[in-house]
Amino acid sequence: MSPVVAAIRKDLLLQWRTRAQVLAIFVFGASALLLFSFAIGPDAEALRLHAAGFLWLALLLSSTLTLAESFQSEMEQRAFEGLLLLPASPRALYYGKAIANWLQLTLVGAGLVPFMVVLYDAGTTRLLGLAGILVLGAAGLSAPGTLYAAMTAQARARQTLLPLLLFPLVVPVLLSAVKATSLLILGDPMGQLRPWTLLLACFDLIHWALCGLLFDRVVED
Amino acid sequence: MAVDSVAVEASGLCRRYGRRWALVDVSLRVPLATVVMVTGRNGSGKSTLLRVLATAIRADRGGARVLGYDCRTQRDAVRRSVALLGHYSYLYEALTPLDNLAIAARFLWPRGGGPSPRALLEEVGLADRADDPVSTFSAGMRKRLSLARTLLQDAPVVLLDEPYGQLDPPGFRLVDGLLGRLKQSGRTVLMATHLLERGSAICDQAVVLEQGRLVWSGPAAQVPEASSAALPAGAPR
Amino acid sequence: MESAVDPRPTPAEGSIPYLLIGLGLALLLWGSGWGLFVAPQESYMGDVQRIMYVHVPTAWNAMLALTFAFACAMVSLLRGGWKWDARLEAAMEVGVTLAVLLCIQGSLWAKPTWGVWWDWDPRLTTTAVMVFAFAAILALRRFVDDPVRRAAWSAVAAIIAFADVPIVYFSVRWWNSLHQLQSSPETVSRAFHWPLRINAFGVLFLMSGLIALRARVAELRLRDELGPPLPLPAAAQGGL
Repeated sequence: MSPVVAAIRKDLLLQWRTRAQVLAIFVFGASALLLFSFAIGPDAEALRLHAAGFLWLALLLSSTLTLAESFQSEMEQRAFEGLLLLPASPRALYYGKAIANWLQLTLVGAGLVPFMVVLYDAGTTRLLGLAGILVLGAAGLSAPGTLYAAMTAQARARQTLLPLLLFPLVVPVLLSAVKATSLLILGDPMGQLRPWTLLLACFDLIHWALCGLLFDRVVED
Repeated sequence: MAVDSVAVEASGLCRRYGRRWALVDVSLRVPLATVVMVTGRNGSGKSTLLRVLATAIRADRGGARVLGYDCRTQRDAVRRSVALLGHYSYLYEALTPLDNLAIAARFLWPRGGGPSPRALLEEVGLADRADDPVSTFSAGMRKRLSLARTLLQDAPVVLLDEPYGQLDPPGFRLVDGLLGRLKQSGRTVLMATHLLERGSAICDQAVVLEQGRLVWSGPAAQVPEASSAALPAGAPR
Repeated sequence: MESAVDPRPTPAEGSIPYLLIGLGLALLLWGSGWGLFVAPQESYMGDVQRIMYVHVPTAWNAMLALTFAFACAMVSLLRGGWKWDARLEAAMEVGVTLAVLLCIQGSLWAKPTWGVWWDWDPRLTTTAVMVFAFAAILALRRFVDDPVRRAAWSAVAAIIAFADVPIVYFSVRWWNSLHQLQSSPETVSRAFHWPLRINAFGVLFLMSGLIALRARVAELRLRDELGPPLPLPAAAQGGL
């Protein structure tokens, strides 16, 4: 069994056993969507126009919870160090954790979509396209997010540091995902979906490679 | 590969935490198949020494070798040769003992093999709790599980940091038995402990640390006298 | 990282940084004076356009500082060495300061020109994002006590942040392209080149001097952190 597969199994098992947390994170995201709608007011036009933005903001905020939690169980009894000492490759452990976070973020995002549809009157028939954007966007949040979660889990003031470090970096994800989702909801007469999707994919490729490469400097002395 | 019959050797190890030096100029040589007791007061650097040897942390100065592998440059080889029972249990609280052992086993033996997790749980007396999450365990049970995890690694060099900690009298006997078996199978063991009587009964050699320095070494049976004579740092020898 | 080969950094002592700062300030005074009072007024934008004489040099040098930070991060990660960590810290601080100045200059230009304080110009918006990214790394440094870890983590974070710059730029440019034309005080005709160049070198020298000095401060701090003396006395070696 390859170490990456072993790591993925471990992280999926951990997520499954603590699945109540995912529910809590989803509720957090949903309440964020609700609060955003209050900020706009009961203006159906405006709500529909900005629905995509709020969906991704809610997911971004939820991601800080997901990412921080993902290293909680690793650090409380230093289980992560225990694995490193077996030895287990830091890179494998990174990809396992990043993939598990990716899955969780995609699920939370998928759960928030019906909420968005109802609250913001922002539905779309292009469900496959929406799923694709969700998957790509979640991947973009997960790659750097997992690296920084590992870092800040070992530092002081971790609650503030993670969003501080992550948010500027994922601006391209936010822009592309919001734009693409908006096009799916409001219509795409000029066929702009593709370049945004490509930008997202580009971001994902670069960061999944780069963060995996750099991860062992983050967790090893 | 062991170049000679030395299992562990350290020279001039220093390690600092902030401005405080936890290890100062520690040098030692541990022959193969020896059981060594590492003792000293709280804060004397016992845990730090074991962690440096296990490559959990780096040394700020000096170097160490385990079975001939350099701790700084051949870290993975050292890690394959060493099993550490540390201060932290290395367990996932949300998972069961079987899960925890199975996860470690998959990294240790990617193609299968290795000691059976169930058998190890039997050995440490946790067979009836094999499917309960670790978060429901007492401190003593967690210690037993950590012991099982250490044994799972089947390593030639075993580092134990306070193995008797949190255990009840049956637990003490368990550790005694495990130590005996490790000794019989020719492993090299370094055990940090406060329990001088117990330690000197089982161990061959002993070293005493005091404020990060190695102040005494010799046969384990002679430790009780020596550690009361161990001089505080600053006094002339 | 600490070894007999490279134990603690020893900061340089010369006065070259001070000379650079002095030279830089002198050039800035000359270039700015020329640009503000002597150079002809720009036909479309009027006097407001004069901010370009500091805006463009600041932009070039901010990018230069952060690129230098990236280079220091690479060397620090691949080769190690405390000097490079010190330079990384210095370059990031100076780079962030210049980037903040850039954003302020951009606002000062945007308000009279477009009537809004922020016009979402792609370059400026990217700069703003970079301010936050690198400021976060500077914050990270404050919360990590172990120098070896701090050096490794800041280098990793700086590399990722820098790698992100082109992606951020492109995404903002596409995002903005549907709403507005490119707008920045950059259209320069030949009459305006000289004060610009003088100021560019002025900021360059000033910045280099400041980075060098700040790196010295960082090295002194590292020296103090890395070098608490070993306690006495020397103990007998252990042998079994």
